[in-house]
Amino acid sequence: MYPAAFEYHAPTSVRDALGLLGSLEDAKILAGGHSLVPMMKLRLAQPKHVIDLRKVPGLTGIKEEGSTIVLGAMATHWDVESSPILKAKAPVVAETAAVIGDPAVRNKGTIGGSLAHADPAADMPATAIALGFELVCEGPKGRRTVKADDWFQGLMSTALGEDELLVEVRVPVWPAGSGACYMKFPHPASRFAVVGVCAAVTLDKNGACTRAGVGVTGAGTKAVRARGVEAGLAGKRLDAAAIEAAAQKAAEGVDVQADLQGSVEYKAHLCRVFARRAIEAAVKRAQG
Amino acid sequence: MKLPVTMTINGQSYSHEVEPRLLLVHHIRETVGLTGTHVGCDTSQCGACTILMNGQAVKACTLFAVQADGAQITTIEGMAKNGELHPIQQGFWEKHGLQCGFCTPGMIMAAAQMLERYPRPTEEQIRHQLEGNLCRCTGYHNIVKAIQWAAEHMAAGK
Ligand SMILES: Cc1cc2nc3c(=O)[nH]c(=O)nc-3n(C[C@H](O)[C@H](O)[C@H](O)COP(=O)(O)OP(=O)(O)OC[C@H]3O[C@@H](n4cnc5c(N)ncnc54)[C@H](O)[C@@H]3O)c2cc1C
Ligand code: FES
Ligand code: FES
Repeated sequence: MYPAAFEYHAPTSVRDALGLLGSLEDAKILAGGHSLVPMMKLRLAQPKHVIDLRKVPGLTGIKEEGSTIVLGAMATHWDVESSPILKAKAPVVAETAAVIGDPAVRNKGTIGGSLAHADPAADMPATAIALGFELVCEGPKGRRTVKADDWFQGLMSTALGEDELLVEVRVPVWPAGSGACYMKFPHPASRFAVVGVCAAVTLDKNGACTRAGVGVTGAGTKAVRARGVEAGLAGKRLDAAAIEAAAQKAAEGVDVQADLQGSVEYKAHLCRVFARRAIEAAVKRAQG
Repeated sequence: MKLPVTMTINGQSYSHEVEPRLLLVHHIRETVGLTGTHVGCDTSQCGACTILMNGQAVKACTLFAVQADGAQITTIEGMAKNGELHPIQQGFWEKHGLQCGFCTPGMIMAAAQMLERYPRPTEEQIRHQLEGNLCRCTGYHNIVKAIQWAAEHMAAGK
Protein backbone atom coordinates (compact mmCIF):
# COMPACT_ATOMS: atom_id res chain seq x y z
CA MET A 1 0.00 0.00 0.00
CA TYR A 2 1.75 3.10 -1.12
CA PRO A 3 0.08 6.46 -0.71
CA ALA A 4 0.60 9.04 -3.46
CA ALA A 5 3.80 11.05 -3.14
CA PHE A 6 3.76 14.17 -0.98
CA GLU A 7 6.11 16.59 0.70
CA TYR A 8 6.51 16.27 4.45
CA HIS A 9 6.81 19.21 6.81
CA ALA A 10 7.36 19.10 10.57
CA PRO A 11 7.10 22.68 11.88
CA THR A 12 8.13 23.45 15.45
CA SER A 13 5.58 26.12 16.38
CA VAL A 14 1.88 26.84 15.86
CA ARG A 15 2.93 29.97 14.00
CA ASP A 16 5.09 28.05 11.53
CA ALA A 17 2.39 25.43 11.10
CA LEU A 18 -0.15 28.16 10.30
CA GLY A 19 2.34 29.79 7.92
CA LEU A 20 2.75 26.52 6.00
CA LEU A 21 -1.00 25.89 6.01
CA GLY A 22 -1.61 29.36 4.59
CA SER A 23 1.06 29.25 1.90
CA LEU A 24 1.15 25.66 0.63
CA GLU A 25 -1.36 24.50 -1.90
CA ASP A 26 -3.30 21.34 -1.08
CA ALA A 27 -1.85 20.79 2.39
CA LYS A 28 -3.21 18.51 5.13
CA ILE A 29 -2.51 18.60 8.83
CA LEU A 30 -1.23 15.31 10.28
CA ALA A 31 -1.96 14.71 13.97
CA GLY A 32 -2.12 11.05 15.04
CA GLY A 33 -2.62 10.03 11.43
CA HIS A 34 -5.16 7.35 12.28
CA SER A 35 -7.79 8.72 9.96
CA LEU A 36 -5.59 10.52 7.46
CA VAL A 37 -3.02 7.76 6.83
CA PRO A 38 -5.63 5.03 6.19
CA MET A 39 -7.31 7.40 3.72
CA MET A 40 -3.98 8.14 2.06
CA LYS A 41 -3.17 4.43 1.83
CA LEU A 42 -6.42 3.87 -0.02
CA ARG A 43 -5.72 7.05 -2.03
CA LEU A 44 -9.00 8.51 -0.88
CA ALA A 45 -6.81 11.43 0.18
CA GLN A 46 -3.80 12.55 -1.89
CA PRO A 47 -2.56 15.81 -0.39
CA LYS A 48 0.51 17.40 -2.00
CA HIS A 49 1.81 18.52 1.39
CA VAL A 50 1.53 16.96 4.83
CA ILE A 51 2.14 19.18 7.85
CA ASP A 52 2.94 16.99 10.88
CA LEU A 53 2.14 18.58 14.26
CA ARG A 54 4.29 16.14 16.26
CA LYS A 55 7.07 18.66 16.90
CA VAL A 56 4.80 21.58 17.76
CA PRO A 57 5.13 22.20 21.50
CA GLY A 58 2.19 23.15 23.72
CA LEU A 59 -0.47 21.10 21.94
CA THR A 60 -0.45 18.18 24.38
CA GLY A 61 -1.32 17.90 28.05
CA ILE A 62 -4.49 17.88 30.13
CA LYS A 63 -4.92 20.47 32.85
CA GLU A 64 -7.56 21.95 35.13
CA GLU A 65 -8.56 25.61 34.89
CA GLY A 66 -11.26 26.32 37.46
CA SER A 67 -14.35 24.38 36.42
CA THR A 68 -12.94 23.57 32.99
CA ILE A 69 -10.55 20.83 31.92
CA VAL A 70 -8.32 21.93 29.07
CA LEU A 71 -6.97 19.32 26.68
CA GLY A 72 -4.32 20.03 24.07
CA ALA A 73 -5.58 19.02 20.62
CA MET A 74 -2.69 16.54 20.33
CA ALA A 75 -3.63 14.69 23.54
CA THR A 76 -3.95 11.08 22.41
CA HIS A 77 -6.98 8.91 23.08
CA TRP A 78 -4.75 7.02 25.55
CA ASP A 79 -3.78 10.28 27.30
CA VAL A 80 -7.50 11.02 27.65
CA GLU A 81 -8.42 7.46 28.67
CA SER A 82 -5.74 7.36 31.38
CA SER A 83 -5.96 10.96 32.64
CA PRO A 84 -6.40 11.12 36.45
CA ILE A 85 -7.98 14.60 36.15
CA LEU A 86 -10.58 13.44 33.66
CA LYS A 87 -11.27 10.22 35.57
CA ALA A 88 -11.99 12.31 38.68
CA LYS A 89 -13.86 15.26 37.14
CA ALA A 90 -15.35 14.12 33.84
CA PRO A 91 -15.01 10.33 33.78
CA VAL A 92 -17.30 9.93 30.76
CA VAL A 93 -14.69 11.65 28.58
CA ALA A 94 -12.02 9.14 29.63
CA GLU A 95 -14.51 6.30 29.15
CA THR A 96 -15.44 7.48 25.67
CA ALA A 97 -11.78 7.60 24.68
CA ALA A 98 -11.29 4.09 26.11
CA VAL A 99 -13.73 2.55 23.60
CA ILE A 100 -12.25 4.17 20.50
CA GLY A 101 -10.79 1.56 18.15
CA ASP A 102 -8.14 -0.47 19.92
CA PRO A 103 -5.12 0.23 22.14
CA ALA A 104 -2.72 0.88 19.23
CA VAL A 105 -5.19 3.29 17.62
CA ARG A 106 -5.59 5.05 20.97
CA ASN A 107 -1.83 5.40 21.38
CA LYS A 108 -1.62 7.52 18.21
CA GLY A 109 -5.05 9.02 17.50
CA THR A 110 -5.77 12.39 19.09
CA ILE A 111 -8.84 14.13 20.47
CA GLY A 112 -8.22 17.08 18.15
CA GLY A 113 -7.91 14.80 15.14
CA SER A 114 -11.08 12.98 16.02
CA LEU A 115 -13.09 16.19 16.38
CA ALA A 116 -11.50 17.83 13.31
CA HIS A 117 -12.06 14.76 11.16
CA ALA A 118 -15.70 14.43 12.32
CA ASP A 119 -16.20 10.88 11.08
CA PRO A 120 -19.96 10.23 11.27
CA ALA A 121 -19.24 7.08 13.33
CA ALA A 122 -16.69 8.64 15.70
CA ASP A 123 -17.33 8.35 19.43
CA MET A 124 -16.10 11.60 20.99
CA PRO A 125 -18.52 13.86 19.09
CA ALA A 126 -21.49 12.46 21.05
CA THR A 127 -19.76 13.21 24.34
CA ALA A 128 -18.60 16.63 23.09
CA ILE A 129 -22.22 17.59 22.42
CA ALA A 130 -23.68 16.05 25.58
CA LEU A 131 -21.25 17.75 27.97
CA GLY A 132 -20.89 20.95 25.89
CA PHE A 133 -17.20 20.97 24.90
CA GLU A 134 -15.72 24.15 23.50
CA LEU A 135 -13.19 23.95 20.68
CA VAL A 136 -10.46 26.53 20.39
CA CYS A 137 -9.17 27.23 16.88
CA GLU A 138 -6.14 29.31 16.01
CA GLY A 139 -5.69 31.01 12.66
CA PRO A 140 -3.81 33.94 11.15
CA LYS A 141 -6.17 36.35 12.92
CA GLY A 142 -5.79 34.73 16.35
CA ARG A 143 -7.94 32.42 18.43
CA ARG A 144 -11.67 31.83 18.50
CA THR A 145 -13.86 29.43 20.42
CA VAL A 146 -16.61 27.31 18.88
CA LYS A 147 -19.27 25.42 20.83
CA ALA A 148 -19.65 21.72 20.08
CA ASP A 149 -23.23 22.42 18.93
CA ASP A 150 -21.90 24.66 16.16
CA TRP A 151 -18.86 22.49 15.33
CA PHE A 152 -20.31 19.54 13.44
CA GLN A 153 -21.76 20.85 10.19
CA GLY A 154 -22.19 17.84 7.97
CA LEU A 155 -20.50 14.68 6.76
CA MET A 156 -16.87 15.12 7.85
CA SER A 157 -17.26 18.86 7.83
CA THR A 158 -16.81 21.20 10.77
CA ALA A 159 -16.62 24.88 11.64
CA LEU A 160 -12.80 24.73 11.41
CA GLY A 161 -11.49 27.23 8.83
CA GLU A 162 -9.12 26.06 6.09
CA ASP A 163 -6.41 28.31 7.47
CA GLU A 164 -6.96 27.26 11.10
CA LEU A 165 -5.67 24.66 13.53
CA LEU A 166 -7.70 23.16 16.31
CA VAL A 167 -5.43 23.79 19.30
CA GLU A 168 -7.47 23.14 22.43
CA VAL A 169 -10.54 21.27 23.63
CA ARG A 170 -12.28 22.65 26.72
CA VAL A 171 -14.41 20.28 28.79
CA PRO A 172 -16.81 21.84 31.32
CA VAL A 173 -17.02 20.03 34.65
CA TRP A 174 -20.66 19.42 35.53
CA PRO A 175 -21.73 20.22 39.14
CA ALA A 176 -22.17 17.78 42.04
CA GLY A 177 -25.28 15.66 41.58
CA SER A 178 -24.42 15.00 37.92
CA GLY A 179 -23.71 11.75 36.13
CA ALA A 180 -22.93 10.82 32.55
CA CYS A 181 -22.43 7.74 30.43
CA TYR A 182 -21.46 6.93 26.82
CA MET A 183 -22.75 3.71 25.29
CA LYS A 184 -22.25 2.43 21.78
CA PHE A 185 -23.09 -0.45 19.55
CA PRO A 186 -19.63 -1.07 18.09
CA HIS A 187 -19.02 -2.17 14.54
CA PRO A 188 -17.70 -5.71 14.99
CA ALA A 189 -14.54 -5.15 12.92
CA SER A 190 -13.57 -1.50 13.19
CA ARG A 191 -15.10 -0.77 16.64
CA PHE A 192 -16.50 2.51 15.26
CA ALA A 193 -19.96 3.39 16.57
CA VAL A 194 -22.82 1.99 14.50
CA VAL A 195 -24.77 4.07 16.99
CA GLY A 196 -23.39 5.80 20.10
CA VAL A 197 -25.21 7.90 22.69
CA CYS A 198 -23.77 10.03 25.47
CA ALA A 199 -26.20 11.17 28.17
CA ALA A 200 -25.44 13.57 31.02
CA VAL A 201 -27.90 14.62 33.74
CA THR A 202 -27.91 16.77 36.86
CA LEU A 203 -30.42 15.88 39.58
CA ASP A 204 -31.58 18.12 42.44
CA LYS A 205 -32.12 17.01 46.06
CA ASN A 206 -35.54 15.61 45.22
CA GLY A 207 -34.20 13.60 42.31
CA ALA A 208 -35.65 15.89 39.65
CA CYS A 209 -33.58 16.52 36.53
CA THR A 210 -32.39 20.13 36.39
CA ARG A 211 -30.18 19.72 33.33
CA ALA A 212 -29.72 17.12 30.62
CA GLY A 213 -27.34 16.80 27.68
CA VAL A 214 -27.71 14.04 25.11
CA GLY A 215 -25.53 13.57 22.01
CA VAL A 216 -26.08 10.93 19.31
CA THR A 217 -23.41 9.72 16.87
CA GLY A 218 -23.12 7.01 14.23
CA ALA A 219 -26.65 6.91 12.89
CA GLY A 220 -26.60 9.99 10.66
CA THR A 221 -24.08 12.04 8.68
CA LYS A 222 -22.97 13.96 11.77
CA ALA A 223 -23.32 13.88 15.52
CA VAL A 224 -26.29 15.84 16.85
CA ARG A 225 -27.91 16.95 20.09
CA ALA A 226 -31.07 14.98 20.88
CA ARG A 227 -33.19 17.96 21.89
CA GLY A 228 -36.38 15.96 22.15
CA VAL A 229 -34.81 13.58 24.66
CA GLU A 230 -33.39 16.46 26.69
CA ALA A 231 -36.81 18.14 26.81
CA GLY A 232 -38.34 14.85 27.91
CA LEU A 233 -35.91 14.60 30.84
CA ALA A 234 -35.95 18.22 32.02
CA GLY A 235 -37.80 18.82 35.28
CA LYS A 236 -38.83 15.16 35.69
CA ARG A 237 -38.03 12.60 38.33
CA LEU A 238 -36.18 10.09 36.21
CA ASP A 239 -37.85 6.77 36.91
CA ALA A 240 -37.89 3.97 34.35
CA ALA A 241 -41.08 5.22 32.67
CA ALA A 242 -39.82 8.80 32.31
CA ILE A 243 -36.51 7.59 30.86
CA GLU A 244 -38.24 5.25 28.44
CA ALA A 245 -40.59 8.00 27.26
CA ALA A 246 -37.76 10.50 26.75
CA ALA A 247 -35.55 7.97 24.95
CA GLN A 248 -38.29 7.43 22.35
CA LYS A 249 -37.29 10.78 20.82
CA ALA A 250 -33.62 9.81 20.34
CA ALA A 251 -33.74 9.50 16.53
CA GLU A 252 -35.68 12.75 16.01
CA GLY A 253 -33.47 15.27 14.29
CA VAL A 254 -30.96 12.58 13.24
CA ASP A 255 -30.65 12.16 9.45
CA VAL A 256 -30.43 8.38 9.90
CA GLN A 257 -28.57 6.69 7.03
CA ALA A 258 -29.11 3.13 5.86
CA ASP A 259 -25.88 1.26 5.11
CA LEU A 260 -24.31 -2.20 5.37
CA GLN A 261 -24.80 -2.11 9.13
CA GLY A 262 -28.53 -1.68 8.98
CA SER A 263 -31.70 -0.06 7.70
CA VAL A 264 -33.01 3.33 8.77
CA GLU A 265 -35.58 1.63 11.04
CA TYR A 266 -32.95 -0.55 12.69
CA LYS A 267 -30.55 2.30 13.36
CA ALA A 268 -33.32 4.56 14.66
CA HIS A 269 -34.25 1.72 17.00
CA LEU A 270 -30.63 1.47 18.18
CA CYS A 271 -30.68 5.22 18.91
CA ARG A 272 -33.67 4.75 21.22
CA VAL A 273 -32.26 1.66 22.94
CA PHE A 274 -28.81 3.15 23.51
CA ALA A 275 -30.31 6.45 24.65
CA ARG A 276 -32.33 4.59 27.28
CA ARG A 277 -29.32 2.61 28.47
CA ALA A 278 -27.03 5.65 28.59
CA ILE A 279 -29.62 7.74 30.49
CA GLU A 280 -30.27 4.93 32.99
CA ALA A 281 -26.55 4.65 33.70
CA ALA A 282 -26.13 8.43 33.90
CA VAL A 283 -28.99 8.69 36.42
CA LYS A 284 -27.52 5.92 38.55
CA ARG A 285 -24.22 7.75 38.66
CA ALA A 286 -25.87 11.08 39.46
CA GLN A 287 -27.61 9.40 42.39
CA GLY A 288 -24.12 8.45 43.66
CA MET B 1 12.25 14.52 -2.15
CA LYS B 2 13.89 11.99 0.15
CA LEU B 3 14.42 12.87 3.79
CA PRO B 4 16.97 11.54 6.28
CA VAL B 5 15.57 9.44 9.13
CA THR B 6 17.39 7.92 12.06
CA MET B 7 15.77 5.52 14.49
CA THR B 8 16.90 3.00 17.04
CA ILE B 9 15.49 -0.46 16.41
CA ASN B 10 16.11 -3.16 19.02
CA GLY B 11 19.01 -1.13 20.42
CA GLN B 12 20.75 -0.50 17.10
CA SER B 13 20.72 2.85 15.31
CA TYR B 14 19.71 2.95 11.63
CA SER B 15 19.99 5.98 9.33
CA HIS B 16 18.50 6.09 5.84
CA GLU B 17 17.07 8.49 3.30
CA VAL B 18 13.44 7.70 2.60
CA GLU B 19 10.52 8.97 0.59
CA PRO B 20 7.97 10.62 2.92
CA ARG B 21 5.25 8.23 1.73
CA LEU B 22 7.20 5.16 2.84
CA LEU B 23 5.23 3.44 5.59
CA LEU B 24 7.14 2.59 8.74
CA VAL B 25 6.31 -1.10 8.37
CA HIS B 26 7.85 -1.19 4.89
CA HIS B 27 10.86 0.69 6.17
CA ILE B 28 11.38 -1.88 8.92
CA ARG B 29 10.80 -4.86 6.64
CA GLU B 30 12.39 -3.72 3.40
CA THR B 31 14.96 -1.02 4.16
CA VAL B 32 16.17 -2.34 7.49
CA GLY B 33 15.42 -5.98 6.65
CA LEU B 34 13.61 -7.07 9.81
CA THR B 35 10.76 -9.14 8.45
CA GLY B 36 9.28 -10.39 11.72
CA THR B 37 6.82 -7.49 11.65
CA HIS B 38 4.01 -8.50 9.29
CA VAL B 39 1.50 -6.76 7.04
CA GLY B 40 -1.92 -8.38 7.16
CA CYS B 41 -4.37 -5.76 5.90
CA ASP B 42 -4.77 -2.47 4.07
CA THR B 43 -7.11 -0.92 6.58
CA SER B 44 -5.19 -0.57 9.88
CA GLN B 45 -7.34 -3.22 11.51
CA CYS B 46 -5.41 -6.48 11.87
CA GLY B 47 -2.50 -5.52 14.13
CA ALA B 48 -0.01 -7.91 12.45
CA CYS B 49 2.31 -4.90 12.10
CA THR B 50 2.26 -3.94 15.80
CA ILE B 51 5.60 -2.72 17.19
CA LEU B 52 6.61 -0.69 20.22
CA MET B 53 7.51 2.91 19.43
CA ASN B 54 8.81 4.96 22.35
CA GLY B 55 7.33 2.31 24.62
CA GLN B 56 3.84 2.31 23.08
CA ALA B 57 2.24 -0.34 20.88
CA VAL B 58 1.51 1.16 17.47
CA LYS B 59 0.49 -0.10 14.04
CA ALA B 60 3.57 0.37 11.88
CA CYS B 61 1.39 0.31 8.74
CA THR B 62 -0.40 3.47 9.87
CA LEU B 63 2.68 5.63 10.35
CA PHE B 64 5.13 7.07 7.88
CA ALA B 65 8.78 6.27 8.50
CA VAL B 66 9.46 10.01 8.71
CA GLN B 67 7.16 10.20 11.74
CA ALA B 68 9.49 7.79 13.54
CA ASP B 69 12.58 9.95 13.06
CA GLY B 70 14.37 9.91 16.42
CA ALA B 71 12.17 7.13 17.82
CA GLN B 72 13.10 4.10 19.92
CA ILE B 73 11.56 1.02 18.36
CA THR B 74 11.22 -2.59 19.50
CA THR B 75 10.11 -5.27 17.07
CA ILE B 76 9.53 -8.97 17.65
CA GLU B 77 13.21 -9.58 16.86
CA GLY B 78 14.11 -7.52 19.93
CA MET B 79 12.05 -9.53 22.44
CA ALA B 80 14.31 -12.52 23.11
CA LYS B 81 17.40 -11.69 25.15
CA ASN B 82 20.66 -13.67 25.08
CA GLY B 83 19.00 -16.55 23.29
CA GLU B 84 16.20 -16.77 25.87
CA LEU B 85 12.62 -16.25 24.80
CA HIS B 86 10.71 -13.39 26.39
CA PRO B 87 8.11 -14.77 28.85
CA ILE B 88 5.35 -13.73 26.42
CA GLN B 89 7.00 -15.71 23.63
CA GLN B 90 7.43 -18.62 26.04
CA GLY B 91 3.75 -18.35 26.96
CA PHE B 92 2.73 -18.71 23.30
CA TRP B 93 4.96 -21.80 23.15
CA GLU B 94 3.64 -23.35 26.37
CA LYS B 95 -0.04 -22.70 25.66
CA HIS B 96 0.01 -23.33 21.92
CA GLY B 97 -1.02 -19.71 21.25
CA LEU B 98 -0.48 -19.92 17.51
CA GLN B 99 -1.26 -22.01 14.49
CA CYS B 100 0.01 -20.40 11.27
CA GLY B 101 1.86 -17.77 13.31
CA PHE B 102 1.13 -14.86 11.00
CA CYS B 103 -0.56 -12.75 13.67
CA THR B 104 1.84 -13.80 16.43
CA PRO B 105 4.48 -11.04 16.25
CA GLY B 106 1.76 -8.41 16.51
CA MET B 107 -0.02 -10.32 19.28
CA ILE B 108 3.20 -10.51 21.28
CA MET B 109 3.97 -6.80 20.90
CA ALA B 110 0.39 -5.89 21.84
CA ALA B 111 0.67 -8.21 24.83
CA ALA B 112 3.92 -6.53 25.90
CA GLN B 113 2.12 -3.18 26.06
CA MET B 114 -0.87 -4.75 27.81
CA LEU B 115 1.18 -6.39 30.57
CA GLU B 116 3.08 -3.18 31.16
CA ARG B 117 -0.20 -1.31 31.74
CA TYR B 118 -2.15 -4.15 33.38
CA PRO B 119 0.33 -6.62 34.94
CA ARG B 120 -2.44 -8.97 36.18
CA PRO B 121 -5.15 -8.62 33.54
CA THR B 122 -8.49 -10.38 33.80
CA GLU B 123 -9.60 -12.47 30.84
CA GLU B 124 -12.01 -9.69 29.90
CA GLN B 125 -9.21 -7.12 29.98
CA ILE B 126 -7.03 -9.33 27.80
CA ARG B 127 -9.78 -9.67 25.22
CA HIS B 128 -10.55 -5.92 25.27
CA GLN B 129 -6.86 -5.05 24.94
CA LEU B 130 -6.51 -7.43 21.97
CA GLU B 131 -9.31 -5.76 20.00
CA GLY B 132 -6.78 -4.41 17.52
CA ASN B 133 -5.23 -7.80 16.72
CA LEU B 134 -6.96 -10.28 14.48
CA CYS B 135 -6.17 -13.99 14.33
CA ARG B 136 -7.70 -16.15 11.60
CA CYS B 137 -6.63 -19.49 13.10
CA THR B 138 -6.77 -19.93 16.85
CA GLY B 139 -10.11 -18.55 17.94
CA TYR B 140 -8.10 -16.48 20.48
CA HIS B 141 -8.60 -18.96 23.29
CA ASN B 142 -5.01 -20.11 23.56
CA ILE B 143 -3.73 -16.61 22.93
CA VAL B 144 -5.57 -15.51 26.08
CA LYS B 145 -4.05 -18.48 27.95
CA ALA B 146 -0.57 -17.63 26.65
CA ILE B 147 -0.87 -14.08 27.95
CA GLN B 148 -2.18 -15.32 31.30
CA TRP B 149 0.83 -17.68 31.48
CA ALA B 150 3.17 -14.78 30.71
CA ALA B 151 1.50 -12.53 33.30
CA GLU B 152 1.98 -15.16 36.01
CA HIS B 153 5.60 -15.81 35.10
CA MET B 154 6.48 -12.14 34.73
CA ALA B 155 4.92 -11.37 38.13
CA ALA B 156 6.82 -14.27 39.70
CA GLY B 157 10.07 -13.14 38.07
CA LYS B 158 9.86 -9.66 39.56
C1 LIG C 1 -8.51 0.64 12.95
C2 LIG C 1 -9.10 1.94 13.39
C3 LIG C 1 -10.22 1.93 14.22
C4 LIG C 1 -10.78 3.12 14.65
N1 LIG C 1 -11.88 3.06 15.46
C5 LIG C 1 -12.44 4.21 15.89
C6 LIG C 1 -13.56 4.17 16.77
O1 LIG C 1 -14.04 3.12 17.17
N2 LIG C 1 -14.10 5.35 17.15
C7 LIG C 1 -13.57 6.56 16.75
O2 LIG C 1 -14.09 7.59 17.15
N3 LIG C 1 -12.51 6.62 15.95
C8 LIG C 1 -11.92 5.49 15.50
N4 LIG C 1 -10.83 5.54 14.69
C9 LIG C 1 -10.32 6.87 14.24
C10 LIG C 1 -9.34 7.42 15.26
O3 LIG C 1 -10.01 7.81 16.42
C11 LIG C 1 -8.54 8.62 14.73
O4 LIG C 1 -7.50 8.77 15.63
C12 LIG C 1 -9.25 9.94 14.66
O5 LIG C 1 -10.43 9.85 13.89
C13 LIG C 1 -8.38 11.00 14.00
O6 LIG C 1 -7.41 11.48 14.90
P1 LIG C 1 -5.90 11.59 14.44
O7 LIG C 1 -5.19 12.33 15.49
O8 LIG C 1 -5.42 10.25 14.12
O9 LIG C 1 -6.04 12.54 13.16
P2 LIG C 1 -5.36 12.50 11.71
O10 LIG C 1 -5.65 11.23 11.02
O11 LIG C 1 -3.95 12.93 11.81
O12 LIG C 1 -6.19 13.68 11.03
C14 LIG C 1 -7.56 13.53 10.68
C15 LIG C 1 -8.08 14.79 10.00
O13 LIG C 1 -8.17 15.87 10.92
C16 LIG C 1 -7.31 16.94 10.58
N5 LIG C 1 -6.66 17.38 11.82
C17 LIG C 1 -6.12 16.60 12.78
N6 LIG C 1 -5.71 17.31 13.83
C18 LIG C 1 -5.99 18.60 13.54
C19 LIG C 1 -5.80 19.83 14.26
N7 LIG C 1 -5.26 19.85 15.47
N8 LIG C 1 -6.20 20.97 13.67
C20 LIG C 1 -6.76 20.94 12.42
N9 LIG C 1 -6.98 19.82 11.70
C21 LIG C 1 -6.60 18.66 12.26
C22 LIG C 1 -6.34 16.36 9.56
O14 LIG C 1 -5.89 17.32 8.64
C23 LIG C 1 -7.15 15.29 8.88
O15 LIG C 1 -7.94 15.84 7.88
C24 LIG C 1 -10.23 4.37 14.24
C25 LIG C 1 -9.09 4.40 13.43
C26 LIG C 1 -8.53 3.19 13.01
C27 LIG C 1 -7.31 3.24 12.15
S1 FES D 1 -1.05 -4.44 8.61
FE1 FES D 1 -1.13 -2.91 10.12
S2 FES D 1 -3.06 -3.21 11.00
FE2 FES D 1 -3.06 -4.69 9.41
S1 FES E 1 -2.17 -18.06 14.21
FE1 FES E 1 -2.77 -17.85 12.16
S2 FES E 1 -3.56 -15.81 12.13
FE2 FES E 1 -3.21 -16.15 14.22
